[in-house]
Amino acid sequence: MNKEGEIIIHLENVSKYYPMGDTIVKAVNGVTISVRKGDFVVLMGPSGSGKSTSMHLIGSLDVPTRGKVFLKNKNISSMSESELAILRGKNVGFIFQQFNLIPTLTVKENIMLPMSLQGYSLEEKEKKVNGLLEKLGLSDRANHFPNQISGGQQQRVAIARALANDPEVILADEPTGNLDSATGKKVMEFLSKLHKEGKTIVMVTHEFDLIKDYAHIIYWLRDGKVERVAKGPGK
Amino acid sequence: MEYFLFALRNLRRKGVRSWLTLLGICIGIAAVVSLISLGDGLKIAVASQFGISSTELITVTAGGSGFSAPGSDVVKPLTKSDVDAIGRISSVDFALARNIETVSVDFNNKVIFTSATSIPDGDEKNFYKITDLETIGGRLLKDGDSKKVLIGYSLSQGSKNGFDKDITAGKKISILGENFTVAGVLKKQGSFVVDGIVFMHNSELENLSKYGDNVDIIAVKVKDKDLINRTKIDIEKLMRERRNVPVDGEDFKVSTPEASLAQVNQILTAIQIFIVIIAFISIIIGAFGIANTMTTSVLERRKEIGIMKSIGAKNSQIFMQFFVESGFLGIIGGVLGILLGISLGYIGTFQINNFFGANTSPQLNFGLIFFSLFGSFFIGVLSGIFPAMKAAKQNPVEALTG
Repeated sequence: MNKEGEIIIHLENVSKYYPMGDTIVKAVNGVTISVRKGDFVVLMGPSGSGKSTSMHLIGSLDVPTRGKVFLKNKNISSMSESELAILRGKNVGFIFQQFNLIPTLTVKENIMLPMSLQGYSLEEKEKKVNGLLEKLGLSDRANHFPNQISGGQQQRVAIARALANDPEVILADEPTGNLDSATGKKVMEFLSKLHKEGKTIVMVTHEFDLIKDYAHIIYWLRDGKVERVAKGPGK
Repeated sequence: MEYFLFALRNLRRKGVRSWLTLLGICIGIAAVVSLISLGDGLKIAVASQFGISSTELITVTAGGSGFSAPGSDVVKPLTKSDVDAIGRISSVDFALARNIETVSVDFNNKVIFTSATSIPDGDEKNFYKITDLETIGGRLLKDGDSKKVLIGYSLSQGSKNGFDKDITAGKKISILGENFTVAGVLKKQGSFVVDGIVFMHNSELENLSKYGDNVDIIAVKVKDKDLINRTKIDIEKLMRERRNVPVDGEDFKVSTPEASLAQVNQILTAIQIFIVIIAFISIIIGAFGIANTMTTSVLERRKEIGIMKSIGAKNSQIFMQFFVESGFLGIIGGVLGILLGISLGYIGTFQINNFFGANTSPQLNFGLIFFSLFGSFFIGVLSGIFPAMKAAKQNPVEALTG
């Protein structure tokens, strides 16, 4: 664990409740999680353990019912929707299990999208995107649409998109869940490479084998609570 | 701007649904644009049905102010002496008696029924002056012609006249059993009435129909155009005395071209109001169509909205995306409507020119085109406001997880 790193994201005794019919589902219930700069944090647990909800809170996609979430020392609970969007767009890159590319946009346009939303000029976007396409081996797929490329390639596009705005933190929600094991392994190697380049990684998974070589710190979640925190073998 | 790229891609993705959505706006705009493009053409089309020519004529007919058939027996007919009396009014250049009779015409072993109208014997010159008649074959009738007639353009055409054979100058036709020679075929006048009838000298038509001194229509040419209204009043006064009827109890009608044109304009206005109402309704339907399509679209693209938000899209950016898209729907509908409207305007004008022998051209009003474009865009964005707001307010996590 990188003790020296400053805390980028901090969840302090955070709860998230959803109403479902007459009952209230306590998806996350009193969780405290810290993500330091340069960490490789893994949230592990069975389905329904609250790991995805925790991840949404970490990525400021959602605001907690109780508790405080700090992103770069700013309490997101008191932020407007627009401020959150800007914060998210600049500091966090999401990678999803379902890839979540925009079907009507080409590979290149998908990667550019986060930059467009931040108002970068076309020149800046072109430069950045060409670099990313090359880095992820997608140069020959730049003008394809998502449904014209394989799952592994789609996930690489999603990774490139997550990197477009040069965020400090990459949030990966079961990034290999929809891929065969060989392709999944490549994705993990790539995440590890990004980590070594200095990115902070937060990953959600239920497969311990996948992350056992990379994780610094593992939060085991169950029923919306942190069951235990363990150091990983990473670094 | 990415918004436009997005909007176009999404409209294309929706394919047929997008086109159907455009239909309402398209029809509404097309109706308005074609109506305005037709312009004068429409006016001429309606006017010609009333047999109104451009000359400054006053016409006098028997009967009340309502519609009644010329020469109908229930009203006291006008007579030759009425014509002479009107002709003596100081501001009147001349007054002509006209009679219109239904006759059977026999040619090529076929019989049809049409109207025959009288040309006053010895007054041919004045008659041609007020009717603008010209021949395209043969010659006009002159005083002393015996057993000779003129026929309208449509009556000469084998494809239209019911005889299956062209009638040309010099041909013999039989009218009410009597043989006549066609002296001339008249130039197309652009009116069903004039183009389909027979013209013959009054003496000969009277011989066939035996109307004696009765006159169907008195055509009055005024010495000066500015005297029309004064002359009208004089004629009315004279006719009241001659027919012994009180003011407001007239059993005759004196009409000026202005009054007739006013009537035409009234009909035209009614037609225009009708089309504008249709246009208005279809534009409203179009607006609801766009709102409906956009609402469905927001539901379908929930996940996309979630993705956009997760990668940093602000509410306002999501709003703009849907807003621009629905504005696009509106403006594409508008452009298609304008193109369709202009085409209809051209086709309509062409048909009118063809049918009535008129020579009008469609009027392209660029102000109107601009207004239509702006209006359709405005309707598009107006219908898109609520769906776009709904899209913008989506909770990203709910949108992502479906």
